[in-house]
Amino acid sequence: MNRTLSRWKLFALHAGLSLLCAATLYPVLWVIKLALSPTQTLSMSANPFPEAVTLDHFRDVLGSTDAQGRWLFGRQLLSSLVVSGATTLVGLTLAVTAAYALSRFRFPGKQSGMQLLLVTQMFPATLMLVPLYSILQKLNLLDSIGGLVLVYATSSLPFCVWMLKGYFDTIPRELEEAAIMDGASPGQVFIKVVLPLARPALAVTALFSFMQAWNEFILAATLLNDTTRFTLPVALQRYVGEYKTEWGHFAAGALIISAPVMALFFALQKFLVGGLTAGAVKG
Amino acid sequence: MRPRVSDVRLVGIKKSFGDNVIVKGVDLDVTPGEFLVMVGPSGCGKTTLLRIIAGLEQADAGDIFIGGKNMNTVPPRERDVGMVFQSYALYPHMTVKENMAFGLELRKLPRAEIDGRVAEAARMLELGPLLDRKPKALSGGQRQRVAMGRVIVRRPKLFLFDEPLSNLDTALRVQMRGELARLHRTLGVTMLYVTHDQVEAMTLATRVAVFNKGVLQQLGAPLELYHRPTNTFVATFLGSPSMNLVDARREGANFVGKGFSLPAVGDAQGEVKLGLRPQDLRVGAKGPLQGEVEAVERLGFDGYAFLKTAAGPIAARFEGADVHVGQTLWVEPQGEVLHVFTADGTKALHHPETRGAKA
Repeated sequence: MNRTLSRWKLFALHAGLSLLCAATLYPVLWVIKLALSPTQTLSMSANPFPEAVTLDHFRDVLGSTDAQGRWLFGRQLLSSLVVSGATTLVGLTLAVTAAYALSRFRFPGKQSGMQLLLVTQMFPATLMLVPLYSILQKLNLLDSIGGLVLVYATSSLPFCVWMLKGYFDTIPRELEEAAIMDGASPGQVFIKVVLPLARPALAVTALFSFMQAWNEFILAATLLNDTTRFTLPVALQRYVGEYKTEWGHFAAGALIISAPVMALFFALQKFLVGGLTAGAVKG
Repeated sequence: MRPRVSDVRLVGIKKSFGDNVIVKGVDLDVTPGEFLVMVGPSGCGKTTLLRIIAGLEQADAGDIFIGGKNMNTVPPRERDVGMVFQSYALYPHMTVKENMAFGLELRKLPRAEIDGRVAEAARMLELGPLLDRKPKALSGGQRQRVAMGRVIVRRPKLFLFDEPLSNLDTALRVQMRGELARLHRTLGVTMLYVTHDQVEAMTLATRVAVFNKGVLQQLGAPLELYHRPTNTFVATFLGSPSMNLVDARREGANFVGKGFSLPAVGDAQGEVKLGLRPQDLRVGAKGPLQGEVEAVERLGFDGYAFLKTAAGPIAARFEGADVHVGQTLWVEPQGEVLHVFTADGTKALHHPETRGAKA
């Protein structure tokens, strides 16, 4: 720490930071207020703290059922978990193997392949919507979890491949050669030496895939029809109606949905920072 | 431990990376149980050759025999060869014990056997108290020993070392050199060792192979190479300070060069290159070569003076005498010490009689 900072400068610094914090936290506080207030209307007051507190909205959202009396929230949560989990699993499996090959082997088309992967990232998701829709229709995978997983896994693949390739590049080749001399087959080198060393990068990439799938809205809203199969962001949107918006339910739902991701983030925070900087310094 | 040893035979090994020819046809015979050191400046192909023997690199041409069997297409794990890497290449996510046991576990040895071998290697290398540590918690010397332990437990027929001591500080290097020599005596196994350090080559080897630019220059016992270098490259590469080389031509009974004349030896005629080991020269008030002292390396009572003479730079030993920079002094050969090479330095024509026991 710089000890030469004067008292006044320190004060100004903290005042500035507090202001930034407030600006960042204010919208979040507002959502919390909406979720806790007993009304469904959008309060126009600038006060970010609720006047009255009730957990009714949370109860409503968690206990929501459809016309047949099926527990909607439970099914949608399961749908979200399955989609996000499967996306992570499928995407990571493909990305890890592709990234390893791109990092270690020389083959024709390697450079252009890497660049093509980047190019796919330049198109906005909405542009892909129509072709993806018709492809899934041809594959008979519309309105299915499998179809959504396929779309998510492929769309997060380029980023995951680049991320992991960058990390694999930092793992010294001599480690793999040592394993080869120790008698390891290429598969064993990969599983017993490379993957354990890439754990920080795997954690970051997995979290990224999971969050992408967990938060994604447009594709899910377009490709899914059956309410019981909705992922949570789509379900959330149903509280914003054409004539009436249930702001209380919407806010409560938003908080519930972000809770698992936040929990995951806090749990992995140390690991994530380590993972993101791991490639920077040889260690 | 029953020694299992293997000989290695290389026939016409060639290797290039792109247009870069690294190994230009090397023939080499390694006898079972010997400690052969491959030495040369960086880029001379010695490491590439070692990696070809290990199977980590494919030769473009030529044959590799280990234990009499052709190994050209045999994968590394079936060659029964252990290798210690320059960077040690310890698995960072495994403890010392797991690092050493890894190769044995891959070979599906029984647990008791694995534990026994690891314990034995740990005892031999004094790694006992460190077995549960991760590599990052070890010092350089300890990592080095683990890297050796990892090879020892597998009991390969052939040990390969790729500049294993180059990352250690001087004191540790001297100590590890001793341990390596002891290890070779204990195991009696064939060892192939790559280094650019001529001191390691001279102290460790039963035989030294000197490489330059992808070509084996000379193969022989350390002192044989020192006393009878086959060309000026080997002559200047081994020994410290390097052998002095001066141009001269035969004129009757003398070799005459710029500003000096020495009694001729051998029957070389015409232009030649003369080699003089600094150890065989004395700085003093008389002698055939005269020069100005440019630098002094005092090792204690004695040392080396580096003189600028008409014939070129000359290093010579001095004893006690008050030698300092700027002085003009003379250099005198101590007896019959001249090495004579062809003018281009590619071939030796004459060596002085070796004094003392031949290696």
